Amino acid sequence: MILMKREKAAKDLSKTLRSKNEEEYKILTPVQLMYRKFINHRVAVASTIVLIILYLMILFAEFFAPYDMTKPQSAYLAANPDRIRFFDSEGKLHFRPFVYRRTGERDLKTLRYIYPQDKNTKDFIYMFVRGDEYNMFGFIKSDIHFFGVKEGGLFLFGTDQRGRDLLSRIIFGGRISLSIGFIGVLIIVFLGSFIGTVSGYYGGWVDNGIQRFIELLRTIPQIALWMALAATLPPGLPSTYVYLGIVIILGLIGWTGLAREVRGKVLAIRDSDFVYAAEISGASAKRIFFVHLIPNISSHIIVTATLTVPLMILGESALSFLGLGIKPPMTSWGLLLNQVREVQVLKYYPWLLTPALFIILSVLCFNFMGDALRDVIDPYSK
Amino acid sequence: MLTYILRRVLLAIPMIILLSIICFLIIQLPPGDYITSYAALVANRGGVASQQLLDVLRSRYGLGQPVYVMYWKWIVGFPKGDFGIAMSLSDTPVRDLIRQRLPLTLILNFLAFLFAVGIAIPIGVYSATHKYTFMDYFLTFLAFIGISVPGFLLALLIIFVSVFYFDSTYIGSLFSPEFISAPWSWARVLDFLKHLPAPIVAIGLAGTSNTMRIVRGNMLDILNQQYIQTARAKGLKERRVLTRHALRIAINPIISRVGVYLPEILATEMLVSIVLNLRTIGPLFYQALIAQDMYLAGTILLVISVLLITGNLLADIALAWSDPRIRYD
Repeated sequence: MILMKREKAAKDLSKTLRSKNEEEYKILTPVQLMYRKFINHRVAVASTIVLIILYLMILFAEFFAPYDMTKPQSAYLAANPDRIRFFDSEGKLHFRPFVYRRTGERDLKTLRYIYPQDKNTKDFIYMFVRGDEYNMFGFIKSDIHFFGVKEGGLFLFGTDQRGRDLLSRIIFGGRISLSIGFIGVLIIVFLGSFIGTVSGYYGGWVDNGIQRFIELLRTIPQIALWMALAATLPPGLPSTYVYLGIVIILGLIGWTGLAREVRGKVLAIRDSDFVYAAEISGASAKRIFFVHLIPNISSHIIVTATLTVPLMILGESALSFLGLGIKPPMTSWGLLLNQVREVQVLKYYPWLLTPALFIILSVLCFNFMGDALRDVIDPYSK
Repeated sequence: MLTYILRRVLLAIPMIILLSIICFLIIQLPPGDYITSYAALVANRGGVASQQLLDVLRSRYGLGQPVYVMYWKWIVGFPKGDFGIAMSLSDTPVRDLIRQRLPLTLILNFLAFLFAVGIAIPIGVYSATHKYTFMDYFLTFLAFIGISVPGFLLALLIIFVSVFYFDSTYIGSLFSPEFISAPWSWARVLDFLKHLPAPIVAIGLAGTSNTMRIVRGNMLDILNQQYIQTARAKGLKERRVLTRHALRIAINPIISRVGVYLPEILATEMLVSIVLNLRTIGPLFYQALIAQDMYLAGTILLVISVLLITGNLLADIALAWSDPRIRYD
């Protein structure tokens, strides 16, 4: 709100200055100032781009995933990752990347499947190839995938023990992991800013009670509370309900940090003239909350929310990793890691650890972005 | 000082009572009464739970009676050390289970905390005194990675490394196979110490990174203060300026944040121990949840919370002792 006013004031000012035909002034609006400051944080900008790519990928998961994530391919059980090549065995350069065709056979000593390459058959990688059929968002029926091979198989991250393409499962799993972070944070923003504002605005015993309650909740380790609540979800619940349940559990416990932050900021602006003016002119508490207080601290809310998303992602991953979170047939990055809890699996199929990289990458990006935003939040400081 | 300590202890009591109510609510959350599902569980395994045992358990936990009676029956034994019976673990008393696992839990958490703070303070100070140098950027970047890599993934990584580089089938004990059930001896202690660093690093890393960033920020603020300039102007050695004048103030926020750190470290420790299958309280809690033994889980949750409150209390007393600005009344 206040940002919008400043924005308008800055624009008006620059218009009058320009109309007076004085020297060419450039007056930046607060958002422009923030933007200028933000793009100076190179790492944060790179993180933002990575996150945009990740979210686009999970939004159109059906298109970007080379295979149907649930389809087992019995010819490729626990196949190790394919290596993309540009040079063939004779050293000849191909401008279109390719992989060698592989056929599984049993190693007679270890009795495990191995996948020797057939150096005579090259499967070239094309973009927009036809593959498994899908129905995106329930109304886009197609079988075109972003990339793939026309014959043979292409498993950039290998396959799991049932022959399902790990890359496809990671992309679909990201849809759960990243969206849980996002929706959970929406719940947290709603609860946290409301409770925090009430606490800061009314003060007195309300504030005292809420703060003691927050302290109480924070005494119990968050992950333990999440685990306990997740374990109380009935075992036979369909996976979509489990998903909802996990989102709600993450949100219901995680709002305390934001509420504290908001309370502090509300305390700081509660005695401002504009709040008094609103009170005197008879504005309702609701109006003061949603028109005067919360918009004024929205930038702080955004920053804290950004820094809470990674906590949500980690929480979901940990729960699913322990088998207390997302249930099959859905999958998430944490659930994908669940299978490597057996040392034998980790030893023989180490590529199944790849989802961990995606967890770390997305969490890292959110942390970088949030940290830069916190720096940017006050455009008038140096 | 003594009255201050006494008042803090008294204040902790209502806190513990409220926490016990929260834990009890969690116990009561799953639909259906536990004894019935327990009987079904036993029947599933092919056994038959005797009616007599079920009746004993029913009256022990007051099932079928009003909620406050059930709460009372659950909580009343706690001050005497009667934590109830772990039904999912062949009816072992919970007290024995916790007593077996408490020492290692405390050792791991304490060491991880020391590691987090002990490594973070020098690094933070270095980073602050070498502001905007390559090393500063590098350390800050590392800290970011430390925050972003969760403990349970680090634990997986530990298994990964030990499987591939040391070719050991890591069964997640803190002892080598030959020492697992051996009595305590000098060799066993050495063996234990040899196995400690990996889990400690996994547990403490996130805390280290957080603390380092806080120390760095505080030091940067403090180094701009006038009294630091004064200290330098009167010719003190830089080292003394840093340790006696700046650091002394910079670490106070760390002590006052112990209340935030301890639950985080304990949470990480639980996950790491579950992955590495260490004999601490975390895996016990996990087993209880998997078996849907909510009484055991709720009891452990309460025990953990009481541990944390005690930790907080000690931290507050330490802060009052180290920071003369804290008023006792």
